[in-house]
Amino acid sequence: MAESEHEFVGLANYLHLVTDPGFLPALGNTLALIALVLCISIGLGLALALLLERAVLGRGVLRLLVISPFFVMPPVAALIWKNLLMQPTSGFFAWIASLFGVPPIDWFASAPLIAIGLIVAWQWLPFACLILLTSLQSFDREQREAAQLDGASALAILHHLVLPHLARPMAIILMMETIFLLSVFAEIFVTTGGGRASTNLAFLVYSQVMFQYDIGVASAAGVVAVILANVIAFFLVRAVGRSLDA
Amino acid sequence: MSLHSSSFGRSAAHWTPNAHAQFLRHRVDDPSVGAAFIVAFPLLWALLASFKTELEAVAFPPRFVGFSWSLDNYRQVLGESDYLGALRNSIIIAGGSSLLTLLLGVPAAWAMAFAPTRHTRALLLWMLSTKMLPAVGVLIPIFLFYRDWGLLDTHLGVALLLTAGNLPIAIWMLYANFKEVPGEILEAARMDGASLTQEILIVLAPMAAPGLASTFFLIFTLAWNESFWTLNITTTDATTLTAFIAAFSSPQGLFWAKLSAASMLSIVPVIVIGWLCQRQLVSGLTFGAVK
Repeated sequence: MAESEHEFVGLANYLHLVTDPGFLPALGNTLALIALVLCISIGLGLALALLLERAVLGRGVLRLLVISPFFVMPPVAALIWKNLLMQPTSGFFAWIASLFGVPPIDWFASAPLIAIGLIVAWQWLPFACLILLTSLQSFDREQREAAQLDGASALAILHHLVLPHLARPMAIILMMETIFLLSVFAEIFVTTGGGRASTNLAFLVYSQVMFQYDIGVASAAGVVAVILANVIAFFLVRAVGRSLDA
Repeated sequence: MSLHSSSFGRSAAHWTPNAHAQFLRHRVDDPSVGAAFIVAFPLLWALLASFKTELEAVAFPPRFVGFSWSLDNYRQVLGESDYLGALRNSIIIAGGSSLLTLLLGVPAAWAMAFAPTRHTRALLLWMLSTKMLPAVGVLIPIFLFYRDWGLLDTHLGVALLLTAGNLPIAIWMLYANFKEVPGEILEAARMDGASLTQEILIVLAPMAAPGLASTFFLIFTLAWNESFWTLNITTTDATTLTAFIAAFSSPQGLFWAKLSAASMLSIVPVIVIGWLCQRQLVSGLTFGAVK
């Protein structure tokens, strides 16, 4: 066996990783995907939670409908969206586009990262919504009624009472989702199968191992992913730790 | 708006034809109904597609109800593909790893809830932090170890990984549940001469049964849907439903109706489970930070 195979190479793998033309795009894609999914899932999740909270009828059924996507395995979610909804010739979205007389979007050719982001956001929307809904239901009704008696508008109540009440659950959602979103894999695996425009760190590690057989660089990328996760985990663990004291 | 709904609540208590009209109007006006349907639409659409022929599934404009409803896709998926093999693997792996997780998690959570030391809190948080490790960070070492140990593409190999991944969540959920059980009852049982095993199985388990069940089901769901390890370290013998479905991504023709049927068959069991334990879901997935 060649001696060099077991040589200590110091930071050479990290140097290779950082100078790899695929690394920076993958890092950028990872962060962009997280940002996109967080915005959609928390924004729409909040809207949905506010709607569901005051839904009077069939609340149970509506809840079941809303949380269902969370239990769909990622390959199923990705393939349903890709083939039944986003397919540019026969997909449902193409039909909607045709109703408005606009040309359909070829999602995975022209905007693969956004397409993947929409799929992942759809899976995480129920999570955000369910947590915010749970938290809304523990909101003090008397406080709201007192504010209403004092003539506060719905918007003022939302801004000054409800949103501050939701700050902590929102922080938890933000951190939990970020941790999971750092390693989005199956959705890329079954839709684009990689490519510069949609490869994130998790998929970069996978493709370095499976296609380039470069275990050193792949391990370095894995460590970068772990460090990113730890930065976020640090804050998350502290936030959860506070609830242990309570 | 909440004023409106509270007055509605009062009128519903005194049921009159007028209230009935208001009831219906409310239902139609309620934007949450539309919103909920939009969220679930991709699933409902795939459910429809699973009853279509392959040609109807790609028809443009799409067919909503006017198609030949048939169960052929389900018949084909069940009869001609290796769906049943993948289903068997998924049940073995998700079920086995969930049982193993409980087996390890219950004693751990018992110790932390009823015999805490000054390190318990730190230990709980440390376990939580291991959950934060992205799986991809250890893909290579696991792959190399598993290759050398002959665990690649085995039920045991996948189940062990999923157990390790889900154990922190399980211990946290069990811990939160056990904390609700008054420790005095366990102490009394101990005074009466119950052994540790009796104390856990006869006294604690019945009281914590709902918590044990929801922990099991949440862990089972997470294991069922896990799509990193199952796609990376299974090839043939231990292929789960996630890998079975992922294989549809290489298009060898138009198989979307069949894909829809296979998808429905793969997700229905855990969706039903998820519906049943949605309450525990929130505290389970936020490690008790949101209740």
